[in-house]
Amino acid sequence: MKNTIAERILDFLKDYPPFNLIQKDTLLEIAKKVEIHYFEKDQIIFSQNDTPHEHFYIVNEGVIRLYRFAEGKKHIVDICDEGDLFGLRPLIMKENYLMGAAANEESIIYAIPIHLFNDIILNFPKVSQFLIASFATNTRDPFSEKHKGKLFANIKAIKKVENSFIETQSAKYTKNPITCSANITIQEAAIIMTKNVINSIVIANNNIPIGIITDKDIRTKIGTGLFKITDTVETIMASPVVTFPENITVAEAQIARLKHKVSHLCITKDGTNTSELVGILSEHDLNLIQGNNPLLLIKEIKQAKDAETLKYIRSKAAELTKGYIEQEIPIYFVTKVISEINTAITKSAIELSIQEIGTKPPVNYSWFAVGSQGRKEQLLMTDQDNALVFENVTESEYENVKAYFLKLATKVTEKLNIVGFDYCPANIMASNPKWCLSIDEWKQQFKEWIKDPIPEKILLSIIFYDFELIYGNKELYNKMATSVLKYIKKNQIFLSFLGKVTLDNPPPLGFFKQFLVEQDGENKDNFDIKSRAIRPLVDAARIFSLYHGLQINNTIARYKKLMEVEPQNKDLFESCSNAFKILLTFRTSQGLANNDSGKFVDINSLSKADRLKLKSCFNPIKNVQEALKIRFKTTQIG
Amino acid sequence: MFSRIFKRKSYPKYWLDYVEKVSTCEKYYNYESIRFVVLDTETTGFDYENDRMLCIGAVAIKNNKILVTDSFEVYIKQDVFNKETVKIHGIRKNGTETKMSEEEALIAFIEYLDDAVIIAHHTAFDLNMINTALRRINLGPLISKQLDTNYIYKKLSPKNRHNKVFSLDNLCNEYGVTMHDRHTASGDALLTALVFLKLTNQYKKNNALNIFDLVNTNYNLNK
Repeated sequence: MKNTIAERILDFLKDYPPFNLIQKDTLLEIAKKVEIHYFEKDQIIFSQNDTPHEHFYIVNEGVIRLYRFAEGKKHIVDICDEGDLFGLRPLIMKENYLMGAAANEESIIYAIPIHLFNDIILNFPKVSQFLIASFATNTRDPFSEKHKGKLFANIKAIKKVENSFIETQSAKYTKNPITCSANITIQEAAIIMTKNVINSIVIANNNIPIGIITDKDIRTKIGTGLFKITDTVETIMASPVVTFPENITVAEAQIARLKHKVSHLCITKDGTNTSELVGILSEHDLNLIQGNNPLLLIKEIKQAKDAETLKYIRSKAAELTKGYIEQEIPIYFVTKVISEINTAITKSAIELSIQEIGTKPPVNYSWFAVGSQGRKEQLLMTDQDNALVFENVTESEYENVKAYFLKLATKVTEKLNIVGFDYCPANIMASNPKWCLSIDEWKQQFKEWIKDPIPEKILLSIIFYDFELIYGNKELYNKMATSVLKYIKKNQIFLSFLGKVTLDNPPPLGFFKQFLVEQDGENKDNFDIKSRAIRPLVDAARIFSLYHGLQINNTIARYKKLMEVEPQNKDLFESCSNAFKILLTFRTSQGLANNDSGKFVDINSLSKADRLKLKSCFNPIKNVQEALKIRFKTTQIG
Repeated sequence: MFSRIFKRKSYPKYWLDYVEKVSTCEKYYNYESIRFVVLDTETTGFDYENDRMLCIGAVAIKNNKILVTDSFEVYIKQDVFNKETVKIHGIRKNGTETKMSEEEALIAFIEYLDDAVIIAHHTAFDLNMINTALRRINLGPLISKQLDTNYIYKKLSPKNRHNKVFSLDNLCNEYGVTMHDRHTASGDALLTALVFLKLTNQYKKNNALNIFDLVNTNYNLNK
């Protein structure tokens, strides 16, 4: 049967190597299996370290750039235009991509199934020669300065860079630290420390570490008079010491320090505290080292010059989340770190967009995050929810000013989308003319929502009550926040309506204490942990905070403050806060395991212990909802 | 629409299968899993009753990718002939393409269409042609959801949205789609598919990209 489209593709392929080496009927069979993909400028086709796709690619129209991050910098490896191949790595070896590929301009690319090529490589030796050669040359700069001219050397060169990259990530510690024995006096130890300008000393027996004294111990235990300087070091040392093997990575060390709440880690030969001491790793050492350190990630974000660098850094942050969750680092700390990183990324996206536009914003403005990002509870990649407020301007200026901010916001949302934050399906984004308003327009909007609280409008507006300044003018943001709280204070009935709407959330458990799962749709039989368990706690915290006029957005921080404001309900709020932490950790680890948003949980895949843990979180939900009903008299509203 | 289906005593299995599949399709909630069929027809003219389809060309889109392996192209034997339109589509009465009867072509098309959402440019014309042909074998009309790139484009460009009809040439020029094989059914289907990918990429920046909102850009097609 005639296949006009495949013939058209054949007609394109036949002019380019290696397809020009393949006979026509075989090539037509390949053409019939092609997928055609379209990418906008700067959209990413695959990222460095992504698992390989089932296709490799040839540029049909447009330009694709290949780039690679090494030693903290982005290098453009190659620019592919019409007829150039890329993404060949999975053809040669089943390993993750060594570089990323993004559209340098709007592009159409043909995706060719790799499995088809496995036969072709066998049957057409010239094709395989070409592929290997181009695979090697495609990866020329900048890793192979010394390997230039050696066609096959490049793969090895890249591997070497890869390894040294990992090496830079392993922690550098102080080798052969100074030790003392357990029976010397504290004074003697302090003299050794002062002489050698060190802030800690390991107490060891035959070089086996048994304890440690730090500057802090001398301050808190001697300075305060709790112990005498003539006591032995044994009496005040921290014991046993926290030990790790020699190859500890920066990430592991960070996590260990946070987990054990210690400032120093002892490095021993086999990593246990019964083997010989080889080094000591202090907080200070860690801060000096490059790696997945949140502070350094934020520094890298500030220096990033494009969206794909931001994406790369964000993926490192995802690794960090994973490590934190696995190591059971308190969720409050994790959310804080990740929120800071997300905030830094948004800031950077705004700055880059302003540069691209080429003119500074015409008036003061502030960019704020709403919803989960506004509450600083975004651990996984989720949708972007944001909005923009600008200073009041005259009627004649308005159109131009708004046009500028809409243009800016569109660029920013595009960049965030590239980084991995999906566009908001409800279009709650600053690029939407409805959510890019002057301060007076915003005040008017909130006034309307608060004075006329019909359920549909409340559901839409709820997300806006969690708004956090990300970038821009703080005064504008404060003005807005204060006026919202003021309107609510004047219209307390609004809170009753808000309470009513949030109580309509579907309950987590049925009458027989079974999990209520979704009845139909794509997630049939899965438990919606977000809507049924997390959201009620978030909603309750919000209503109580608005009631007290608290300008706090984070759920855990809200409950903490509420425990102070309403000491009579301390237990209730504390149980809510704990339940929220458990649920959020749970959702995040589920999301990381399944590589999704973690919204839905397959109850049957959970262990009995996890199921019980989940269920234990539902009592606080029930209690806080009861409290809402009574406080805000929600039952009196029809 | 169902009343006519039930009037007939028995329906061929392929038609019942088609109706069953479309009406029980559960993919609509997940945009990435929806199969779209982008189609175009070449005809002897513009008269629904007297003119005939000479060719149906189509290609599928799933998860924003055009799947050449999932494409369709049939040429149809017809007694009606109009030498004027041969200049446009180039399908001669006794050309070299393998041709099949109209009924065979429709059966093959219905089986190919399956539970997909239909996309075309000026969809009403192609759908009217197909539905009129189906009526000649006492079937139809098609019940699949339908989209028209002309309407989606109008939704995205509020200027002149009311009075202007945009041709496929207009949109290809506007979106920089290089035109090959213009006025062959499959060639036009591929161009329409590329235009659709570019449109939805633009659309999703300020709208939720879901099938329900997309079909609401239509005025007179199945939703």
